Amino acid sequence: MNTDARADGAGATGQGAVAAAALGALRAGLMAAVPILLALLLAGLLLMAFGKDPLAYYGYVVRRGLLSPSGLEQTLTRMAPLLLIAAGLIVAFRAGIWNLGIDGQFMLGALAAAASGPALSGVIPGWAVLTVAAGLGALAAMAWSVLPALLRAFQGVNEIITTLMMSFLGLSLANALVKLVFRDPATTVPQTRTLPVDERLPRLFETTVSSGLVIGLVAVVAVHLMMTRTAFGLRLRIVGAGPRAAVHAGLDLPWLTVAVFALSAALAGLAGAVDVLGVYGNIRADWNPGFGLVVIPVVFLARLNGFAAIGFVFLFSMLSIGGESAARRLGVPTVFTLVLVAIVLIVLAVAEWLDQRARARRA
Amino acid sequence: MLTEAFLAALLYGAVTAAVPLLLAGLGEQMSEKAGVLNIGIEGMMIAGAFAGFFVAYHSGSLWAGFGGGILAGMAVALVMALLCVGLGLNQIVIGIGLTLGFEGLTALMHHFLFSRTYPRLPAAEALAIPLLDRIPVLGGALFNHPPVVYLAVLAVPGMAFLYRRTQLGLNLQAAGDRPAALDVAGVDVTATRFAAVLTTGAFAGLGGAYLACVGAGIFVPFVTNGAGFMGIVLAMLARGRPVWVLAGAMLFGICLALTTAAQVAGVNLPTDVIQMLPFLAVMVMLVLFGRRASLPAALGIPYERGAR
Repeated sequence: MNTDARADGAGATGQGAVAAAALGALRAGLMAAVPILLALLLAGLLLMAFGKDPLAYYGYVVRRGLLSPSGLEQTLTRMAPLLLIAAGLIVAFRAGIWNLGIDGQFMLGALAAAASGPALSGVIPGWAVLTVAAGLGALAAMAWSVLPALLRAFQGVNEIITTLMMSFLGLSLANALVKLVFRDPATTVPQTRTLPVDERLPRLFETTVSSGLVIGLVAVVAVHLMMTRTAFGLRLRIVGAGPRAAVHAGLDLPWLTVAVFALSAALAGLAGAVDVLGVYGNIRADWNPGFGLVVIPVVFLARLNGFAAIGFVFLFSMLSIGGESAARRLGVPTVFTLVLVAIVLIVLAVAEWLDQRARARRA
Repeated sequence: MLTEAFLAALLYGAVTAAVPLLLAGLGEQMSEKAGVLNIGIEGMMIAGAFAGFFVAYHSGSLWAGFGGGILAGMAVALVMALLCVGLGLNQIVIGIGLTLGFEGLTALMHHFLFSRTYPRLPAAEALAIPLLDRIPVLGGALFNHPPVVYLAVLAVPGMAFLYRRTQLGLNLQAAGDRPAALDVAGVDVTATRFAAVLTTGAFAGLGGAYLACVGAGIFVPFVTNGAGFMGIVLAMLARGRPVWVLAGAMLFGICLALTTAAQVAGVNLPTDVIQMLPFLAVMVMLVLFGRRASLPAALGIPYERGAR
């Protein structure tokens, strides 16, 4: 997918540049809006085929996810893990590495936080509990990415398949550890011990929105600036441009590859930790929100741009929170959101193809 | 525990579990040979699983179910071929999209068509191969399966013959290794790749239908649980040889059968631990042999005529 939407106006000067920039922004906006609208339409037709009223469904989703105060607060809170995952994906994708193992990394990060948080609670100060738990979450996920990273960096094994396999393994391992090792003996349903509500990540102002949102926003902006403004980010983008380009530029390709995996997985692990430390306080057995793959279309819509990702994550978060309510009220299962996201991804790819062809014709 | 009966049951289960992986692996191998990395195979399998189950359930015929599964898998493959071979879109992005989309769509259809019920199909009738099924231990385990199992195994020499001895097989491999050369030789690269992807869809759809109709006997959402991805691993490690896909599928099949056997034997471990076994086997294989995996030169690269 092309990420150089801004390169359009590069040659122009003065007023022309402003006009070109405005046009570029307009085109970028259209390129995002059209796939979303078309996907909503196609998914709506699907709902109609199942005898559900799409307008009623979408209306309900917007009312619950955006217009009701409690729904909006949930939407903003849900953004925290999604933003962190988006940041992790942006690092990897810009460096040309397909980290598709986010789900497993996320769960192990969540588990590390859920295991360490309540255990440390009362032993060390509250802020230290949160810091250590979040750090352990990031580390656990990083550890889980080491094998695919080394295989890719030193053996040239395709990372798509190794990260997916490690993801299945990580999900099972996290579940097994919840049931066998970190199980709270006081509950009948297998789950980890719970971090008390007042020791979780503080809430923002007078709302129920978790301050994880701030962590997510900082992470995604930091990643964006790192990739676009620093020498390290430039090196990673050269890696993304192709292994031969990187070797030609004299870069240590294997270790940069490992660094990308580590950073990407750490952010995914942090996402899991923030979700546990900010919202749930524990992990129940068989809990797996499955955010990993669904954030991929979101970052592509944003053209791997961190700032744009914030907007699209908000939109997806609303769909996800609203969709959960709609599942209970209107009887449309939450997997519908999965279908919607998949349609967005495919329509987006086609739209980009059409756009590129139109440009090539004009040139 | 290692009685003859146990071994026979284990081997029997291994064959049952290996067949979907074998079909997925053989299908993926064809795609990859032709230069298309088919991440959407998981979506093709789940579509085949649902369609196969649905048709078999309503028609009462297992063969009709397999036909339905093949058609559904090919329908998903057609989308993949149109977008990735026809338009040259990113194969990974479209593959992820198709996998997510059809996992979601089949779960949705199951919800609206069956609500919360999970009807079970009658057990598939086995066809014992005369004489061979009398071999102690091995006979019952290997030569007393539903006919479709033998067909899947026969596909292995069939594919080997196709790749080694036929013009079509050579064309397929050229489409993956040096598409421009194939083009110069006057063979349509796009059509060759199209055919390969559609064949993959047929294999994956049949594998999914087998998984739901014979392997499990029921359809539950997300039932393929990574079987398609395992097929990709098999194709990666088989270095283009169908017989290695069979060997790998049997190895993973034994791991899957061990998980079932351990549960039946009442091993006191959560299912999660046991479920890790096949994926662990995959990772071990990738660590040991990943370096030697050989993939076609033009894998994943859309063919554009006249481009350098």
